[in-house]
Amino acid sequence: MSGVRARFRLDRPGFSLDVDLELPGRGVTGVFGPSGCGKTSLLRCVAGLERASRGHLSIDGEVWQDERSWLPTHRRPLGYVFQEPSLFPHLTVAGNLRFGERRSKALPRVLLARAIELLGLGPLLERRPESLSGGEKQRVAIARALATSPRLLLMDEPLAALDLPRRREILPYLERLHDELEMPVLYVSHAPDEVARLADHLVVLERGRALASGPLAETLTRLEPPLRPAEEPGSVVEATVAEFDPEWRLVRLDWSGGSLWTVDQGLPIGRRVRVRILARDVSLARDHPGRSSIQNVLPGRVDALGDDEHPGSALVRVRLGGAPILARLTRRAVATLALAPGDEVWVQVKSAALME
Amino acid sequence: MTLAAEDLRALWLTARLAGLVTLILFALGTPVAWWLARTRSWWRGPVGAVVALPLVLPPSVLGFYLLVAMGPEGPVGRITGALGIAPLAFTFRGLVVASVLYSLPFMVQPLQAAFEALGERPLEVAATLRASPLDAFFSVAVPLALPGFVTAAILTFAHTVGEFGVVLMIGGNLPGVTRVASVQIYDHVEALAYADAHRLAAVLLTFSFLVLLAVYSRRRRPWRLSA
Repeated sequence: MSGVRARFRLDRPGFSLDVDLELPGRGVTGVFGPSGCGKTSLLRCVAGLERASRGHLSIDGEVWQDERSWLPTHRRPLGYVFQEPSLFPHLTVAGNLRFGERRSKALPRVLLARAIELLGLGPLLERRPESLSGGEKQRVAIARALATSPRLLLMDEPLAALDLPRRREILPYLERLHDELEMPVLYVSHAPDEVARLADHLVVLERGRALASGPLAETLTRLEPPLRPAEEPGSVVEATVAEFDPEWRLVRLDWSGGSLWTVDQGLPIGRRVRVRILARDVSLARDHPGRSSIQNVLPGRVDALGDDEHPGSALVRVRLGGAPILARLTRRAVATLALAPGDEVWVQVKSAALME
Repeated sequence: MTLAAEDLRALWLTARLAGLVTLILFALGTPVAWWLARTRSWWRGPVGAVVALPLVLPPSVLGFYLLVAMGPEGPVGRITGALGIAPLAFTFRGLVVASVLYSLPFMVQPLQAAFEALGERPLEVAATLRASPLDAFFSVAVPLALPGFVTAAILTFAHTVGEFGVVLMIGGNLPGVTRVASVQIYDHVEALAYADAHRLAAVLLTFSFLVLLAVYSRRRRPWRLSA
């Protein structure tokens, strides 16, 4: 069986974790939830740093924990990036990187040289941890985890201890890892924008229970209350930059639900991008609107209707092709258009934000 | 200032005793300190208290019990007797055993403090980087706690040099065997040889001051994981 199978029950005074998850065997799984929801406990159970009383954990069919057996942390082929970089101060950057690499028995799937290259550490190798900036330290910590050639990479809010400029400095490196690494990644975060940029699969935790687990767009467009992993309801679609219109300085983004025009940001043709479409920027029409300032008009089908925070408005999930996006409408508009699941509608997207 | 031959002999014996005791306590005290720093067992309190006992016990009390234990009728004496080993009392080996017990807290407590200051995180990081617990101890905990090891060694050595009551009880006053510097000074004073006592006392005073200077001048902050 491929993928990550994780079932844990952990009881602590005032807190319990009780999850049963099936996660994809590649790509980034975001584990999202408010602080105290059990995200870190889940990660620590996977790493074997916490021993769940009852649990089962297997990676691609290889059992790390079940009723009878329990592998100690140092025998689990994983990489762990803690919230604080936790570099060893008595070793140089190179010494830190080699610490795990030397002890790893796995065939090198990620060469040390490649980890150094991916995270841009070449010029820092002989430096001491205390002379590095916060962002540099965290890059070293990520490369140190990668250099052990892990079968599973665990990241516990690796950006949370950094200020905004440092976060901006590291995010592109994480996106590169996402695009270039084969191994599955569990990425814990309470920041919706990080999750939307990096995750392919999303688990939403609350009070030690998994409220949802599924592909990113599906989980983001869930209509069930109470927790949506974004400040503002919306969806994220993965698109490719397909065409540049030099006259109007627009680019066309193609995705499984159709094409969208948005303002050019200098990205090359062929580049894969994530696009956030907020529910408030989407409206629906029964008939093709014809001449309108909103020029992204795509055919879709109503999938489900749900409550919004304000009693006067509603959220409607529509599917374009297979891809779900959310539209925020007034309840009166829903009634006037007599929208019901299955109806064909025209979806007007006023703006779409490239997540770069 | 020159020291008499027997003063030098006493100093050399003192240095040998203190050096040997420090080495033995490295081996014995490190696991005890590690256990005390990390255990959640109920035994932590009683064991910690026993380790600290020599700090408050009059040396004569410790020496008295050891003397009784090492005597031919004592539990240690019976064992050494059954093994065909000469009794430990009034021998250099007996002095070593007594000094190890007497100086135990000076090794264990600085080490315990250094291990406690490390916290769990460095060892967890090491475990996620494939280091077994023993490997993590030597490759992470020991280097990070190195200042604690140096402090513990200096204090143990110095404290052994400074012991008197235990030596007198368990070792007596045999030249070259158990007559250490502190006992030698006592002898000088008993013999009203104040000039000799002054010279040897000055050596010990200077040594002790330099040792404490070394301890208190060291960098205060131990290494921490970079945050």
